[in-house]
Amino acid sequence: MSRRELSARHKGGRIDAEHVSIRLGSGADAFEAVQDVSFTIEPGEFVCILGPSGCGKSTLLGALAGHIKIAKGSLHVDSENVGGPHPDRGIVFQHHTLFPWKSARDNVAFGPKMRGIRKAERRRLASEMLELVGLSDFAHRYPKQLSGGMQQRVEIARVLVNRPRLLLMDEPFGALDALTRLMMQELLLAIWQRVPTTIVFVTHDIDEALFLADRIIVMSSRPGRILEVIEVPFARPRPTEIMASQEFGKLKAHCLSLLRSTLDGNALQRLSPLGITADARN
Amino acid sequence: MVRAPLCSQATEADSLAQSFESAYGRWIVRAISVAVCLLAWQAASRFRVDLGIITFANVPGPTDVLFAAIAFAKSPKVFAHIATSLTRVFAGYAIAVVVGIGLGLAIGKSRRAADLLSPPLELLRPIPAVAWIPLAVLMFPSSELSMIFITFIGAVFPILLNTVHGVENVDPRLIASARSLGGTRQAILWEVILPGAAPSIVTGLAVGMGTSWFCLITAEMISGQFGIGYFTWESYTLQNYADIVLGMVLIGMLGMGSSYLLRRIGAALTPWHTPEELRR
Repeated sequence: MSRRELSARHKGGRIDAEHVSIRLGSGADAFEAVQDVSFTIEPGEFVCILGPSGCGKSTLLGALAGHIKIAKGSLHVDSENVGGPHPDRGIVFQHHTLFPWKSARDNVAFGPKMRGIRKAERRRLASEMLELVGLSDFAHRYPKQLSGGMQQRVEIARVLVNRPRLLLMDEPFGALDALTRLMMQELLLAIWQRVPTTIVFVTHDIDEALFLADRIIVMSSRPGRILEVIEVPFARPRPTEIMASQEFGKLKAHCLSLLRSTLDGNALQRLSPLGITADARN
Repeated sequence: MVRAPLCSQATEADSLAQSFESAYGRWIVRAISVAVCLLAWQAASRFRVDLGIITFANVPGPTDVLFAAIAFAKSPKVFAHIATSLTRVFAGYAIAVVVGIGLGLAIGKSRRAADLLSPPLELLRPIPAVAWIPLAVLMFPSSELSMIFITFIGAVFPILLNTVHGVENVDPRLIASARSLGGTRQAILWEVILPGAAPSIVTGLAVGMGTSWFCLITAEMISGQFGIGYFTWESYTLQNYADIVLGMVLIGMLGMGSSYLLRRIGAALTPWHTPEELRR
């Protein structure tokens, strides 16, 4: 499906970033995490942001979610300026942020509850979403009674129940073991077919980016700039076998050389979509 | 608590049988331990043991205390004493719960509230509640109110501090997620911050219950008309020595009972965070 066809099918979810710079920290410790980044993402597109650890890709995601303010440039979703967080722009973190005191179903029902939807209806919505991620049988479990993969599935269901225009994912499968990660990647693509939305997926895993994305935005080491935007040509639905193809190998080598060129050998501290220091007070 | 014996070679069935056995064995040891203490106490008071620096000459024995308990249970004053103490504790404690959690949420949540409220509270905090007794008597028109105030002071600081601690330690990512899911400030307070801080608040409630009993008993000994603390001190002045020990036992039981009740309520309120020993 071409990018033009995609935008015809989706009503919202277009991202326009123009000359975006983001500064983190304060005083002498302040630094530029993202520098003069411009890109456009079409509605319904699946874009991976690939870059080395600490390059500011999560910071950019946090700005899209509305948790981090940009210092320069403009950031628009469907021509609206990104102000604060909004259920239209759901975010999934590397480690789950499910409410430990709510069952899986009540976690998923949180968004509808905030919209004032009555109990029976929001439970129905939540059950529907849990079924979509294959967790109907675990609706009554508390988050800590679920495995890491299941927790992330509930997390995705909790975001998607709001039918967001953007699904923002910050290395969501980074903490999972290799096999679970692969299954989650396939599941995410299957879900995306049924609940179409624009996905911006941050990762440092080249295989993951190539398997999932329509396009890959490759970012440099800090301060994060765009090195190259790569079109991923594989047709959908994508079987895992494409990972063994020659084309895949070529693209992977290209990504690797890009990433290698930007690294000076010093790994940086991972940044979070909430900035460097996140404080409970406001 | 059943702890498996440290025997790596035993099969599973063996170790299970052993742990049952040792569980019984340990209960027997515990019972014997209590019995020995009671017997030693009985003997010491019966034979008026005098060790020079400590004397049991005037100490009533366990049987004396038992008879005193039976007599006390039959007297009409028993209900008045216990009910008075319980009313005072729960009145002071209830106010402390509302004030402590309310202020704790405000201080933990907002910097301005913290700047406004913390300095005076930090100045008052090191003063032990018992040191408030003389001033409390002067400040309140009735001794009843002054005693409720003392129990309040005793309970409010542990509750307050644990609430602040709990609120400050709520994972900021949870709050960020709630905002991304459409949570308003108010909703986040009720749906995220309060339950997130709940385990710590429950700890504060348990500590506060202990300190409020401690403060009440002291206050009752100094300025009471009724109450268990008053009863204990009155027994001393009236030389009903067996009643002193009875009063002590009752204080212990009431304190233990309210702590138990509180732990149960706390466990029911935070089912996702139940410490292991409360599950059984």
